[in-house]
Amino acid sequence: MALKTETMVLNMGPQHPSTHGVLRLELEAEGELILSVKPHIGYLHRCFEKHAEAMTYPQVIPYTDRLDYLAAMGNNFGYVIAVEKLLGIQIPERVEYIRVIMAELQRIASHLVAIATNGADIGALTPFLYLFRDREYILSLFEMTCGARMLYNYMWIGGLSHDIHPDFVRKTKEFINHFRPTVVELNNLLTFNKIFIERTAGIGILPIDTAINFGATGPVLRGSGLAFDVRREDPYSIYNRFEFEIPTGKGLVGTVGDCWDRYYVRVLEMEQSVRIIEQAIDNIPEGDVHSAIPKRIKPPKGTVYARVENPRGELGYFIISDGNLNPFRVKVRAPSFVNLEVMGELCKGHLVADVIAILGSLDIVLGEIDR
Amino acid sequence: MKNPEEIFELLKNEFGEAILSLDKETPTEPIISINSLQIHKIGAFLRDSDEFKVDSLMVLSGVDDANGTKIKDEDGVDVINGGTLSVYYHLHSTSLKHKITLKVSTQREDPKVESVYNVWRTSDWHEREAFDMFGIIFLNHPDLRRILMPYDWEAGYPLRKDYKNPEFYQGMKVPY
Amino acid sequence: MGLLDKEFSDGNIVIAKVDDLMNWARLSSIWQLGFGLACCAIEMMATSASHYDFDRFGVIPRNTPRQADAIIISGTVTLKMATRIKRLYEQMPDPKYIISMGSCANCGGPYWEHGYHVLKGIDRVIPVDVYVPGCPPRPEALLEGLLKLQEKIRNESLRKKIA
Repeated sequence: MALKTETMVLNMGPQHPSTHGVLRLELEAEGELILSVKPHIGYLHRCFEKHAEAMTYPQVIPYTDRLDYLAAMGNNFGYVIAVEKLLGIQIPERVEYIRVIMAELQRIASHLVAIATNGADIGALTPFLYLFRDREYILSLFEMTCGARMLYNYMWIGGLSHDIHPDFVRKTKEFINHFRPTVVELNNLLTFNKIFIERTAGIGILPIDTAINFGATGPVLRGSGLAFDVRREDPYSIYNRFEFEIPTGKGLVGTVGDCWDRYYVRVLEMEQSVRIIEQAIDNIPEGDVHSAIPKRIKPPKGTVYARVENPRGELGYFIISDGNLNPFRVKVRAPSFVNLEVMGELCKGHLVADVIAILGSLDIVLGEIDR
Repeated sequence: MKNPEEIFELLKNEFGEAILSLDKETPTEPIISINSLQIHKIGAFLRDSDEFKVDSLMVLSGVDDANGTKIKDEDGVDVINGGTLSVYYHLHSTSLKHKITLKVSTQREDPKVESVYNVWRTSDWHEREAFDMFGIIFLNHPDLRRILMPYDWEAGYPLRKDYKNPEFYQGMKVPY
Repeated sequence: MGLLDKEFSDGNIVIAKVDDLMNWARLSSIWQLGFGLACCAIEMMATSASHYDFDRFGVIPRNTPRQADAIIISGTVTLKMATRIKRLYEQMPDPKYIISMGSCANCGGPYWEHGYHVLKGIDRVIPVDVYVPGCPPRPEALLEGLLKLQEKIRNESLRKKIA
C-alpha cells in the first residue's frame, strides 16, 4: 500500500530576518523540496504615484529618493534626465561629471550592502561588518557634499543642489586607494570560500531566454551571460566618454547563470565603477552648478520614457505631462519588481534553504517593488 | 534598426484596420495606437517575426485620461463619467535595437483589454498592477487579482482621478 | 552608576533596592526584534554595524517576538502591515517597549497628505514609549533614543503595573 502524503504550505511571513524587508513568500513544499513559490507584495505600498500627481516637478525628487533607498542618487538621476528630455535643456559639463561620479560611488555603496546581506543570509556574518565599515567612507563623502547620509535630494532638474566641497577630490582619491585592497580581502574571505560556493554554485540557474522574456535586467541578466547594460545600449549623460567593461557570468564555479555568477558580477562591477571614477575625478571642468536650473518648470505636453542603469537593473520613468506645473502621470519601472517575478521559476526543485540563497542573489529592495 | 514610420507602415500592411494611428506630435517619442482587443495578435507577431524581433517589454502602464465629463455626485465630490482609460506599452529589441511605443484605449465604464501574458511574461505583474490601480480587466490573464492593495480593499481603484479615501479600514483611521 | 557606587566593603556584598536591581538588569540587555520596514531599517543596520556599535549597550537582534523585549519600528507602516504588527506586539511577553524610529512611524512622514495606504503613525495601533524624529534619523539619534528608553526603564517601579 502506498503512503498517503500531502504537501505542506509554509509561510515566510512579512517579518523574517532574511527577506530583505517586508515580503511574504508562500512556499508549497513536499518535505524539504519546493514545489512552488508565490510572492505576496504590497506591504510597503506608499502611494508614490499619487503623490507625484499632486506635487510640482521639483517637489517629486525627494519622493524618488525613497523608492530604492539604497541607491538614491540613481533614482534622482533617472527622474531628472526624463524631465530634462521633456524640457529640452542643456546641462553644464561640470554638472554632468559630478553626476556620473556620484552615481558610480552610489553603485559601489549599494553593491556593498547587497553583498553583505547576501553573505549574512547564508551565514557569513563577518563580511557584513567589514563591508559596512567601507560603506561608511562613501557615506561620509556624500555627507560632505550635501549633508545627508542616505536620502540626498541632490540632483535637481537642470543642475545640482550643492557644489562639491574643495576637499572632495582629495578624499575620493584616498577612498579609491583604500578600496582596492578591500576587494581583494573580500575575495579571500567570501568569494572563493568553499562553504559559500557549496551554498550558491549550481543553485537557481536562469537561462538567457527566460531572463529576457521575463524582463530581468541588471546583474540578474548579466549573470546569465548577456552583456546588456543601459549605459552602453542607450547612453545617457556622458557615459560614452569613459572606458569600462561589462562583466558577465561565465560559470567559473558551477553553471552559467547560478547564484554565484550573479554575486560575482556585482563584485566585478564594483571594480569597474572605481575605474570610471578614476577617469572622471581628475577632469572635472569649472563652472556653476546652478546656472541651468529654470525658474519655473512647465514642460510642454507630451510623454517621455527615460531609463538609467541602477545597481539593481534598469530603472525607467514614464512621465506624461499636460502642460501644468504638476505631472499628469509618473510611472516607475522598478527593476526589483520585474526581477522578483523570476523567483517562481528559479525555486522549483530546490530545497527550503536554497530559497534564501536565491532571494539574496536577486537583490531586491521592497521600497521600489511596492512604490 | 527601423524608425517609427517604417514600423507603422509594415504593421498597417499586416493588420489593416487594427492599427489606428501614428501620433508624431509628441516631442520625444512617436506613439502607435492600436485596437484594444487585437493587442495579443500584434504582440505575438512583433515578437516572432524576423524583421522586428521585439523580445522585451520594458514597461506597461495604465493611465487615466480624465477626458470625460465631471459631475458632482451626492457627497459633493467630482465624479468623472465617460472618457477613456489607456494602457501604454514600451517595447524594444535586444538584438535589433529599435524601440516601439504602443497605446491602447478603452472606455471607462467597463474597461477590457486583451492580456499579453503569453507573449511577454513581464506583463504578469504589470497587468495585475494596472488592474489594482485603475480597474482595467485583462482578458485571458490566468490570475488577475489585487497586488499592492490589501485583498479585501473595497473602496475602489486608487489611481483614478476621482478616487475618494475611505474613513476607516479594519478599525484604523485612514486620513491624517 | 548608582548600583556599583555602593562599594564591595564587606567582601563581595552589594546592598541595593530590588527595584533598582531589576531595572538595571532590564535596561542593560534590551533584546530587540529585528524588524526593519523601509529606509530607516538601513540606518538601524548601520547602527548595529561596527562604526556606531549597538552591541555595546547590550542590544542584540532576535528573530522571534517571543524572545524579544523591544521592537524598533523603523520605516513606514502601511495599512496592510499594521494588522501584522499588532499581532507581533501581542505575541511579545511583558515587559515590552516600543521605539518608533523615523517620521513615517511617528506621524506618517512625507506621506501624510495623499497616502491612502499609509498609517499616519504607529501609535494608532500600539502604545509607543520613545519617538525618534528624523528622515532617516542619524545613528547617533537612534542611540540617544535608546538612552532615553533606558532612562525611562530606570525610573520604573515593581509596585505599579506597566501597561
